[in-house]
Amino acid sequence: MTDATVHQPSASASKHAHSLLAADARTRKRNAAERRFRMYGIAAISVGLIFLVILLFTIIRNGIPAFTQTYITVEVELPEAKLDKKGNRDIADLKKVSTFGYAPLIDNAIFTKVQELGIETPFEKPKKMRSLVSASAAAQLRYMVLENPALIGTTVEFEVLGSSRVDGYMKGRVTRDSVARDKNIDAEHFDIVDAMAQDGSLARIFNWAFITGADASESRPEQAGIGVSMIGSFFMMLVVLGLSLPLGVAASIYLEEFAPKNRLTDLIEVNISNLAAVPSIVFGILGLAVFIQFMHLPQSAPLVGGLVLTLMTLPTIIISTRASLKAVPPSIRDAALGIGASKMQSVFHHVLPLAAPGILTGTIIGLAQALGETAPLLLIGMVGYIASNVPDGIAGGFLDPNSSMPAQIYEWSKRADPAYYERAWGGIIVLLLFLMTMNIIAIILRRRFERRW
Amino acid sequence: MYDVTRDSDVDTKATKLSARNVQVYYGTTHAIKDVDVDIEDKTVTAFIGPSGCGKSTFLRCLNRMNDTIDVCRVEGTIQLDGEDIYDERVDPVQLRAKVGMVFQKPNPFPKSIYDNIAYGPRIHGLAKNKAELDEIVEKSLRRGAIWDEVKDRLDAPGTGLSGGQQQRLCIARAVATEPEVLLMDEPCSALDPIATAQVEELIDELRQNYSVVIVTHSMQQAARVSQKTAFFHLGNLVEFGETGQIFTNPEDPRTESYITGRIG
Ligand SMILES: Nc1ncnc2c1ncn2[C@@H]1O[C@H](COP(=O)(O)OP(=O)(O)OP(=O)(O)O)[C@@H](O)[C@H]1O
Ligand SMILES: [Mg+2]
Repeated sequence: MTDATVHQPSASASKHAHSLLAADARTRKRNAAERRFRMYGIAAISVGLIFLVILLFTIIRNGIPAFTQTYITVEVELPEAKLDKKGNRDIADLKKVSTFGYAPLIDNAIFTKVQELGIETPFEKPKKMRSLVSASAAAQLRYMVLENPALIGTTVEFEVLGSSRVDGYMKGRVTRDSVARDKNIDAEHFDIVDAMAQDGSLARIFNWAFITGADASESRPEQAGIGVSMIGSFFMMLVVLGLSLPLGVAASIYLEEFAPKNRLTDLIEVNISNLAAVPSIVFGILGLAVFIQFMHLPQSAPLVGGLVLTLMTLPTIIISTRASLKAVPPSIRDAALGIGASKMQSVFHHVLPLAAPGILTGTIIGLAQALGETAPLLLIGMVGYIASNVPDGIAGGFLDPNSSMPAQIYEWSKRADPAYYERAWGGIIVLLLFLMTMNIIAIILRRRFERRW
Repeated sequence: MYDVTRDSDVDTKATKLSARNVQVYYGTTHAIKDVDVDIEDKTVTAFIGPSGCGKSTFLRCLNRMNDTIDVCRVEGTIQLDGEDIYDERVDPVQLRAKVGMVFQKPNPFPKSIYDNIAYGPRIHGLAKNKAELDEIVEKSLRRGAIWDEVKDRLDAPGTGLSGGQQQRLCIARAVATEPEVLLMDEPCSALDPIATAQVEELIDELRQNYSVVIVTHSMQQAARVSQKTAFFHLGNLVEFGETGQIFTNPEDPRTESYITGRIG
């Protein structure tokens, strides 16, 4: 290079190019396209967010009332003459008094309260008070007495579960007009409700029974809870986790690290991807045919539900596990093999720990999917079954008929009484809380175990 | 043209690895064509040649790392101490403990520096207790010329080191398992001149006990550290002989044009 070939840069540049201070046409066009693309993205995300907000708002507004319930606190007299005629507190004799013996006691207690408060009412008989309380109230009182016979002969303070109409009135779902043709309750009852609410003996309190309780019959929505189906879901998730995690991870490790690449493994790979796309109801009918009709496992059992959901979750777990195994750089495998580690040592000592966060996230997301799945449960009888008993013991948990949270929600949403509609929304909130917790756990695990290489 | 310091003490050594008629195919690509090489014990052998000529491929045949590549097929015989390493009774895992490898790209485990070194001795049961293991770790890190830089942070992750430090860590890791042959694929391509000099010193030291095979793109390095040099071109072994001979008086015109910078 000689001096003669060196030009003054500004002299030559001004001939060929525009000033850098003003964008040329091409750059302007490119920038406009970029801005437009950004706008599309923002618009898409905004639409999504708006829908999410509407969804959450609706769910919370409709579901929150399910978490409170109206109770009437009254002093209930438990006369020995009615409950224990022989007076010897023999539990066998006590059991002979049915709920029909207890219901009038509650009626009387409320009627007394009404008179004490000086509430004006056209009703003259205590029996008329029965519309205010849940049909289950007498059973609860009886249960309390049988648990503790010493109460007989005393007067106890008892929180009577209000009827669903009273509860609905307190929540604004039921109005005086809407009960005009309701034979269960009269508008005059609401005068009592208003007065008692003012007095404080009738109040909406936090509804633990909804979270811990069992489903109830069509006519007593005030008693229904999601607790037992939660247990059903829990046992199903145990089955799903216990089967699909080890099976899925073992299958993925084998396919990804050990299996020869040939026609057969290609076929398996294609099939796994296809399985992930199979509608879940198909797994339900498969479960019905195989687990119930062929293997004679009990119907409506969380074990069967879990098996069906395992079939559904396996492809998800296998696909995500393989993806995270693939993401481990091959140089790590080479490094281990290069210093004389066996294939298995290299996989278990080096590859698997690096893939673990991905595997865990995939598993939790698979579980969350399974937790919210309803369709396959339709076919194995977990929908429509009224889960009214808490299963006793572990074996019972797996084998006794039960429901699951989404199946319970589906069941409630089918029932006529609007009180159930409210409970369905409440159940959705519980389910969403579970799903959110699981997703948060997935994120935390990911953050904690993720390592750079 | 090149400063060849060591030479002519090579004739008396026993053959450690011998390759005969080695062919390597990647699917239908014929990557190594009919290569015969004898790698002597207690000797440094350099593989040189233009990029893509098959140096790494051939090196990986020597400890059967090519087994991990599905499309790769190796033919011919390679013997270690007279035993065919591709015999079906040979467990490649056992072979790789004897023939260690340092890769072109540094690849420390995402574990602590200590565990990086200790992993090999642990799986091969080289240390009876913690004290012995500590000793092996220290010795290996010293031989890898990295002890002074990391001795205060053995618990820090190996992946947090600089590229050159990582490569020396990998060398230390390979040395820790006491291999009989050490294969090094461009070990100094990520190192500065000081670290390079340290690694070259290490290679020279290793030569007292082991045989070392090193792939390098640096003619100077080949001339400095090796006693034997093999020149590869397009999958063929063009010339193999004493380093001094190759660099001062090559027989093949292709070798000459490569080392003088005309092909490559
Ligand atoms: N895994 C592989 N699959 C298919 N072909 C490969 C593979 N690895 C290497 N090859 C081919 O084999 C030939 C030799 O490659 P190799 O990596 O041995 O070259 P090299 O001499 O080490 O080159 P460099 O100096 O750039 O590292 C090249 O043509 C390459 O494309
Ligand atoms: Mg190479």
